[in-house]
Amino acid sequence: MLFNIAIKNLFGAKLRTSLNVFVTSISFFLVIFVSGMYDGMREHAKNITIETEVAGGTYWHPEYDSMDPRTFEDSHSIIPSHIKKLIDQKSAFGVLVSQASIYPNGRIMPVIMKGITPDQNIVNMPTSVLDKHNDISIPVLIGSGMAENANLKVGDTFTIRWLDADRTYDADEGTVVHIMETENFKLDLGHIWIPLSKAQSMLAMKDQATYVTYSKDLTKIKDSGNWIHHDVDYMIRDMEALIKADEPGAQVMYSILLALAAMGIFNAQVLSIFRRGKEIGTLMALGMTRSRVVGLFTLEGGLNAFLAGIITLILFGPILLYFGTNGIPLPMDYTEMGLLVAKRLVPIYSISLIISTTVLISIIVLVVSYIPSRRITKMKPTDALRGRAAT
Amino acid sequence: MENKNVISIKNLVKRFPVGGDYFTALQQVNLELSEGEFIGLVGPSGSGKTTLLNIIGGLDSATDGSVSVLRNSMENTSHNKRAEIRRKHMGFIFQSYNLLPVYTVYENVELPLILNNLEKTERKRKVTRAVEWVGLTDKINSKPADMSGGECQRTAIARAIVHEPALLLADEPTANLDAENSHNIMKILSKLNSEISTSFVFATHDEKIMGYLKRIIHLEDGKIINDEKISKPKSS
Repeated sequence: MLFNIAIKNLFGAKLRTSLNVFVTSISFFLVIFVSGMYDGMREHAKNITIETEVAGGTYWHPEYDSMDPRTFEDSHSIIPSHIKKLIDQKSAFGVLVSQASIYPNGRIMPVIMKGITPDQNIVNMPTSVLDKHNDISIPVLIGSGMAENANLKVGDTFTIRWLDADRTYDADEGTVVHIMETENFKLDLGHIWIPLSKAQSMLAMKDQATYVTYSKDLTKIKDSGNWIHHDVDYMIRDMEALIKADEPGAQVMYSILLALAAMGIFNAQVLSIFRRGKEIGTLMALGMTRSRVVGLFTLEGGLNAFLAGIITLILFGPILLYFGTNGIPLPMDYTEMGLLVAKRLVPIYSISLIISTTVLISIIVLVVSYIPSRRITKMKPTDALRGRAAT
Repeated sequence: MENKNVISIKNLVKRFPVGGDYFTALQQVNLELSEGEFIGLVGPSGSGKTTLLNIIGGLDSATDGSVSVLRNSMENTSHNKRAEIRRKHMGFIFQSYNLLPVYTVYENVELPLILNNLEKTERKRKVTRAVEWVGLTDKINSKPADMSGGECQRTAIARAIVHEPALLLADEPTANLDAENSHNIMKILSKLNSEISTSFVFATHDEKIMGYLKRIIHLEDGKIINDEKISKPKSS
């Protein structure tokens, strides 16, 4: 009985229902969209680290600590044989890390110089551009952030100074052969990339490397000598820790969005229910019990949320899908700020996000339908009949 | 007609809190109403007629005294029981019609039957008959916004009588209507009173309808000052 009356009320009051449903569906859309953007941003940061840096995992020289440049000087050795086999099979590549200084346009800049195998295709870096430059002393690949900071462009030359294995300072001329666009600032800012063989000869570290990165389809080998295996989880642990540390922030943001949505829905629902005080009084005069009146209005709220879900799907679904597929261009490059934020942010709408948002907004609609109707039914029916607002 | 008591009121007092004090709306009201009566509670504004009607209808409670409606003691009855009495045995007509604006005439009249859980076919039969009684068959799919005041009030009457209640309470049913519509409404109600066993109680101060009443109870300052039986009302 209540369901039939609720349906009749909803479809009878076209304007009122349209407004309520529209406000609720906008809330659905905004919460899903903004939370999706946030999730997309976090997921992107993780993915970009894996795609451009970590791949399947790495083997590190025991002295190497990527966060401590002082360890670079001693963190190199001949690659253990079993790991070397992976490189020979093109399933891994080595990187030799050292500190260096560059002198672009007469300025001195400390950098991390990394020698990398040019023909690798394990991480998403355009290292192949370092190959076939026999006429250039040191071909250099840099990121766009580094290029901007050092005021360098393709073809520019600058002096590179480094300390070799014999603890002798040496210098030569580097030439920018390519400026890469990367969203991973860790490959860009303060980094110069040169061919591995060149780095090995410059540093007098023949066949040596600091770490080896292997492809995603490989698993850990049994014997990696004294080199230490770090899997993807370890390599992105800082990112995971950041994301975990950011969870309360994400929850606060989600709560704020929900609160804003709740306020919008509350306003629309309360206004419509309080305006229907006389109708509630009439229903009570016709013999509807208080609990049934509350049930009716709460049911209307529930149906409202259901309709809003459908409208969100129809009206905003294509928009969500479009941005979920094509992403949203961001107005500025956040990598310069040392943030792993995509230049084109792709929102991620997880099933849990959609379900939790739907459930929470439905609960909000039910609550904001229940509270004012309960309040009105607690009024004397005679006051409700006169259309007096509940206080 | 068998003389059964539909309403029995003894020493009814109703006070409303006003600021820190009380306003006495009804004092020591005694009233008996038999089945099939057609009575009017008549008096100026503030005389207590609507308050008395609301107490009879279980929409309001007495401060003191006893009120028995259809053999139910209203002062000892829960909200739900009162709602059930209204739903099954009472009909209401309001001054401002109180029709649900999004419903058609049919749907408004059907509502009490839905609340009483009647089958759809039974509802259709009763709604059609009630709408016929009030002469609104041609407007059955219209909404209140598309109808005149008289048509709205006739819809309200159809809604009030569709479930053939034992008692029909009407609060100023003609106050918003012109003379012609007022007489039409009263003729319809008089006819219904003679055809079905429903008892009618009107709260009114509309002189135009006095002539239709079979019994007039004059109220003033919350007291019954006169209880007058009309020997030859207009309808007879």
